[in-house]
Amino acid sequence: MTYQFNFDPVFRDFDKMLWGLGLGLYLAAIGLLIGCVIGLLVAYGRQSRITPLRWALWVYVETIRNCPILLLIFFVYFGLPEMGIYFLDKTESFILTLSIYAGAYLSEVFRSGLTSIPVRYVEAAKAIGLRPWQRQRYVVLPVMFRITLPALSNNLISLFKDTSLAAAIAIPELTFMTRQINANTFRVMESWLTASVLYLVTCYGIAWFLRRVERRYAVIR
Amino acid sequence: MFSFEPGTFLFEAWDARYQLMAGLAVTAQLSVLTIVSGSIAGMIGGIGLTYGPWPIRFLLRVYVDAVRGIPVLVLILFSYYGLALFGIQISAFTAGVVALGGFCAAHMSETVRGSLESIPAGQTEAAKAIGLRFGQRLRYVLLPQAIRRLLPPWVNTAVEMVKGTTLLSIIGVVELLLATQQTIARNYLILQFYFAAGMLYVLVNFTISQLGALLERRTAHLRY
Repeated sequence: MTYQFNFDPVFRDFDKMLWGLGLGLYLAAIGLLIGCVIGLLVAYGRQSRITPLRWALWVYVETIRNCPILLLIFFVYFGLPEMGIYFLDKTESFILTLSIYAGAYLSEVFRSGLTSIPVRYVEAAKAIGLRPWQRQRYVVLPVMFRITLPALSNNLISLFKDTSLAAAIAIPELTFMTRQINANTFRVMESWLTASVLYLVTCYGIAWFLRRVERRYAVIR
Repeated sequence: MFSFEPGTFLFEAWDARYQLMAGLAVTAQLSVLTIVSGSIAGMIGGIGLTYGPWPIRFLLRVYVDAVRGIPVLVLILFSYYGLALFGIQISAFTAGVVALGGFCAAHMSETVRGSLESIPAGQTEAAKAIGLRFGQRLRYVLLPQAIRRLLPPWVNTAVEMVKGTTLLSIIGVVELLLATQQTIARNYLILQFYFAAGMLYVLVNFTISQLGALLERRTAHLRY
């Protein structure tokens, strides 16, 4: 029951862990960025008058939201080459999966954001003579982004945590690195504790930073 | 397309039916175990977070915040590799249940705390005024109202847990995903089998969500 802590072997590879952490952050950021584009398009698409399009997008959102992300990762990583798409390396295929996944969740966020914009904003925009796309560009979208900012930051954090699954297809991010260090040094507690602390600190760092951004851009209604 | 010969999806799926069904059964077991244990622990944890004396509140807060800031996969690997160190001989299945249950408990605690705190203070004051003790206040006044607010996030957590069981395939628990992968390794029908497994998960989770929505409508009258 007594366990001798010895962090030296873990700290010898600390730079690898930090690199892995950086890679995870990078993956999450790219995933969020592409996911935002997908989510926005889907959110607008689900308001369209074309019924088949609405249905198709509903199927997309519900399927992705109810499907385990690990299965999606494997499907894209192993399945796409079967369909003749074999030019994605594992990082690109993971980014693709993460974007599709984030897109489904973010489309729901944006959809509720779009519906929560007061009608009088749009009416005022009409009254000063803005064209439909100008109304979206200068009135609806900026307000919607401000309203959805808290939900967006939650999504970024959970996306960052989901990048740990990239370890399953051997992308050298933090979890993968930790597993390797664990296997090489047998310092089980030390390696996983270090990884946990790194994840914790990063998550709360992101949360702290985003809360400041939220305060800066809070909508006064 | 629907021919029934070796190498076609239908034949291979029929051939692997016992394996896949066993995988599905393990997924179901894992889900039920983690959701039930996590919910019970989360209920206690949430009440402790709201009404406990400060040392208990503090400890629970540390636990909840720590677990919520660490990816589930790390928790699973930690408990899988870590618990063995203390001479606890446990299977990957148990390690997985411990990790997922702990994860579920942390999320549930936070949900329960949120819904308890959202009940107006007047309710507690009124309950005190008519002389109910703490247990009675919880039993007759607070929990019935909290349940109503608890349901939507609880159903979400349940769906997350079903999805989370797939992560146990990484530590070698043969649940639906790993059973599917083993089948794929034999017949190489990658797209078809991943797609079928995915649809199975979607079916299960969509059903849970819909049941949750139904339950929500049923309990809508519980609001004040």
